Parts: sequence; structure tokens; C-alpha cells
Amino acid sequence: MSTPQATIEFEDIELPKPPLLARIWDLCRRQPLGAFGAVVVIVMILMAIFANVVSPYHPEHADFTNMLTAPNVDYWLGTDAFGRDILTRIVYGARTALFVGFACAVIGATGGLVLGVASAYFGGIFDLIVQRIVDVVMAFPLIILALAVVATLGTGTENVIIAITIPFIPQCARVVRSNALAIREIPYVDAARALGFSDARIILRHMVPNVMAPYLIMLTAFVGQAILLEASLSYLGMGVQEPTPAWGLMLQGGAEEFAESAPWVPIFPGLAITLAVFGFNLFGDAVRDLLDPKLRTR
Amino acid sequence: MVGRHSLQPMYKYIIKRVLLTIPTLFGAAVLVFLLLRAIPGDVCEIRLAGTGLYADPAEVELCRENLGLNKPKIAQFWDFISGYFTWDLGDSMWTGRPITYEIALRFKLSLQIAIMATLVAIAIAIPLGIISAVKQDTWIDYAVRTFSIAGIAIPSFWLGIMIILGLLIITQAWFGAPWMPPIDYVSPFEDPLRNMSQLIWPAVATGYRYSAVATRMTRSALLEVLREDYVRTARSKGLMERVIINRHALKNALLPVVTIIAIEFAFLIGGLVVTEQVFNLNGLGKLFVESVGAQDFNLTQQLVMLVVLIFVITNLVVDILYAWLDPRIRYS
Repeated sequence: MSTPQATIEFEDIELPKPPLLARIWDLCRRQPLGAFGAVVVIVMILMAIFANVVSPYHPEHADFTNMLTAPNVDYWLGTDAFGRDILTRIVYGARTALFVGFACAVIGATGGLVLGVASAYFGGIFDLIVQRIVDVVMAFPLIILALAVVATLGTGTENVIIAITIPFIPQCARVVRSNALAIREIPYVDAARALGFSDARIILRHMVPNVMAPYLIMLTAFVGQAILLEASLSYLGMGVQEPTPAWGLMLQGGAEEFAESAPWVPIFPGLAITLAVFGFNLFGDAVRDLLDPKLRTR
Repeated sequence: MVGRHSLQPMYKYIIKRVLLTIPTLFGAAVLVFLLLRAIPGDVCEIRLAGTGLYADPAEVELCRENLGLNKPKIAQFWDFISGYFTWDLGDSMWTGRPITYEIALRFKLSLQIAIMATLVAIAIAIPLGIISAVKQDTWIDYAVRTFSIAGIAIPSFWLGIMIILGLLIITQAWFGAPWMPPIDYVSPFEDPLRNMSQLIWPAVATGYRYSAVATRMTRSALLEVLREDYVRTARSKGLMERVIINRHALKNALLPVVTIIAIEFAFLIGGLVVTEQVFNLNGLGKLFVESVGAQDFNLTQQLVMLVVLIFVITNLVVDILYAWLDPRIRYS
């Protein structure tokens, strides 16, 4: 146990804070896979932001004289059946994937956070009802529920986000609730109640900050899942619609037909999806290890 | 083990647990019913005007009348629910054939892929999970973990496309003629070779994905058990490491692995939606996509309920097994 003197000594010496780069380097050495994930995530974000600078063509520019050309100097990854540059569409596709991924993850995890904490805090009949609804939604395989929602709302980017977010909310709510239940038993929550704080204040100021770890873990895990789910829906023709560049969509029409004569059409978009989800998953695993050492072995 | 510790007898726990599935199933029925009814348009519009042709309103009206789509919503819901008590699931609104017929036609194929994919997942997950745990923090461990994280990251439909592409290229190179898996389903009892040559590929594509979670579970469960005192005792007695892993550790580590495999099996049927599309297989997943596209409410809601029912039953069985093996669960 450290004594107050130890603290004073520490302050007296004034250890220089290790420079930022050194700390990042240290983190990379402890989490090599996570660091790789972070690099993929950062590259992807930069690619999405500067899509119009990086990519050599316009994503909807169709060059009908160069349909299904093999990768060459002009078209690094070849062209699709409409003569559109595959590299350009992959770069722009990162925008769609990231937009859908982050939107679903943030809305889904935050919705789950509010619902989970409220459910644990109020308990009783409210908790019972919320948990039964969570049971119901979680009994659906993700893709089935998402397909049903898309069928109801129609296709398109916004509706895909809603369709993917709906199954995320109960997943996160369940995890957050079990953490929040433990926190509710800690006396400071009773103390806050005794001080006459409102329910909203206790939930937002006292309970939510203490479930940030599971919240952030779920959030990072959701990004990869959402990107994958969006690609699946788009592949089935029930997601993002042409001419929006989206990776799943690039695998749809023709990818199988041209598989033999133009293998670059299906190969590269699939690699992009895999690398992106892989990166986000590795990054998410590292975040989880850092935030919750108890789970490290999993 | 069972009797002495438990406050609650096993049969009471089972009854309680079975009753708890009723609100879940009912809630799922309400949810899917409402979702489908919120869709603009219906099967009659799609059938009569789907190709962009002019549809005679009187004809559309007649079609709705015949299919019961003009009835009040609550009456339609009653027809849907009461069907379960009279064993009448209704007819497909698109083909007009009984839904039980439509499902039975495709169930065998989906079930076979689900079983094969599970076997593939087990064959990958358990050996790799063990190696990874035993060689923790070595390059082998890292390689296995990367392999399993990749399994979650690779879209199974893309893996399917790559498998088909690989088959085409390899058969072209080796035999001089491209070969594709057969498209029509034959029963494994009729022609096992042809059956396998069709279904092994989708089973590998989905099985690899499903192995990922199970591999990680095997690894973490085994790591936890390997830290137990009795494993240390076994080591200090001088037992061979292989014996310790196989006889002592694995038995205790496998329970969570079996659970995860069982639960994933329940989700497999749903997960086949995309894989069946890639391999052009006439299974339940493809039927689901088609029925959603045709706004065939009857068929869609019955398919969803089938998937939910499989999931609920699997969970029920897992929970009961757990309670039986670990009496502490029954205390709560």
C-alpha cells in the first residue's frame, strides 16, 4: 500500500512523462495484433475522408471501352462489367462501410447503454418487460431480423442502418444491464438517492460512467459486425443500392458469373471487406483487453 | 449431486423454464406479424403489377379477398396463431401450396448443411483451440488466433465465391475442364458421392466461420482449467502432459464449448441465407429471401417462427442441461 509520503516523493521528483510516441510504441509492443488493427482502421478512415483525392477516377465513371479489363497500369485492380474502376469503387466503398459501421455501432451501443442502465436501475416490472423484449429480439438471427426490417422500410443506406441497429440495441442492453446491476448495489448509488438526486441524474452521472468499459467493448465489436452485415444485405440486393459504391454490392451482380473470366471483380471487394472487419475486430479485442483485464484470456 | 444440493427440484426448474419460452415465442410472433404488415404493398400487387404492367384494381381486390388480406389485422393475427393449435400453418400466398409442403421440400437440404457445417466447425475448433491454449503466447497461438479472427472477418458468401473460383481454376488446370458442384439436390442415401460433392463446399464456407467463436472458446476455457489446482497436482504427480490435457483438463473445459456450438447450430439455419444464395441451393435461407421479396406474409412469418423456435428450443435444452450439471443455477 502506498503512503501519502510516497505520493509526495513522486511529485517532488517529477518524473518526466514518457513522450507520446514512446507510449504508443509501448502499447504496440504489448498489443501487436491490436496495433495492426488500429493501423487498418486509421488507413481506412483516411481513405474514406480523402476518397476524392486518392482515387484516380470518379466512382460512377463508366468507361465502356474498357469493360472487365484485367488489372493494368491505368486500372490497378481492373474494371467491372460497366468499365468502372474497381480501386476507385473500393476507396469510395470505404465511406459507405464506415458510415454504416459507425452509425450502427454508436446508435446501437448507446441505445443499449440507456436501456440497460435504466432497466437495472428501475428494476421491478420495468426491468421484467424490457428483458422479455430483449429475449424476443435476441431470438432472431441478426440477418433474418435485418432482412425483415429492410423489407418493411425499403432498401437504401438509412434503412440499412436502422435494420442493423435494431438487433444491436438488445445485445448491448443485456451486457450493460448485468454490469449495471452490480453497480446499483454499491452504496454510492444509495447515497446519491438519499441526497435527493433525480433518477436521470443518478443514471447519467453516477451509473453510466461506470459501465463505460462494457459499452466501449460492445461499440468496437459492433463496427465490424455492422460492416459485415451491411455487405451481406447489399450482396442479397436488400441493402445499399446502386450507384452508391458499396463492397457487398460490388460482389452482387455478376461477381459469380464473371468469376472465371474476370476473377478481379469478386476478389478485391471481398478482400476489402475481410481486411476492414479483421482490422476492427483486432482493434476491438485490444480495446477489450485494455479496458477489462479479467476477460484477457478470452 | 442433483438431489442434495438443490433447493428447487429439477422438474420445477424445467417447468419454469419451459413456461418462460411462451412469452418469447408469442412476442416473436407479434413482432414479425407487425413488421410484415407495416410493409407497403402486398403479394397481390407484386403478383399482378410486379412487372410494371397495369393491374386491374378489381382483380387486386379479388386476390386480397381470396387470401384474407382484407380481414381486420386482429383476425389475421388470430388465423396465424390459431394455426399452431390446429396444426394448420396455412398456404403460401405466392404458390398457393401448403407451407408445410414448401418447408419440407427444403428442410432436408438446410438441415444437412447445418449438420455438416457444425461438424466442420468442431473439427477445426477443438484441435486448434487446444493447440492454441497449450502453446499460449507462442507464434502457434498467434497464428491460430489470427486464423480464427479471420474466420469472423471473412464474409461467408465471399468465401463461397472464392471456393467456386478455386474449384474452377484447379479443375481446369488439373483435368483440363472446369468443374462446378452440381446444382440439383440428391439425397445422401441415394447418391452419397454426388450429394457430398454438392454440399461439402457450402458446409466448409459456413463451418469455418462458425468455428471461429468455438476455437476461441475452447482456448479460453482450457486456459482457465489449466490454472486449476488439480491440474497442478496432476503435473506434480508426474503425469504426461498429453494425459493431463486429454483426461483431466479437456473434460472440464468442453462444457462451454458444447454450449456455444449448440447455440450456433440454432443460428446456422439463419446464417445459411447468404451461403445458399452463393451456391444457388434451394434451401430454407433462399426460400426466406424469396418469400420476403414476394411479400408472401404467410410463408415469411412461418419461416421466421421456425428459426426462432429452433433457437428457443436449443437454448432451453442447453439451460436444462446446465442446471442438471450445475445445481447452483437452480438456486436463483
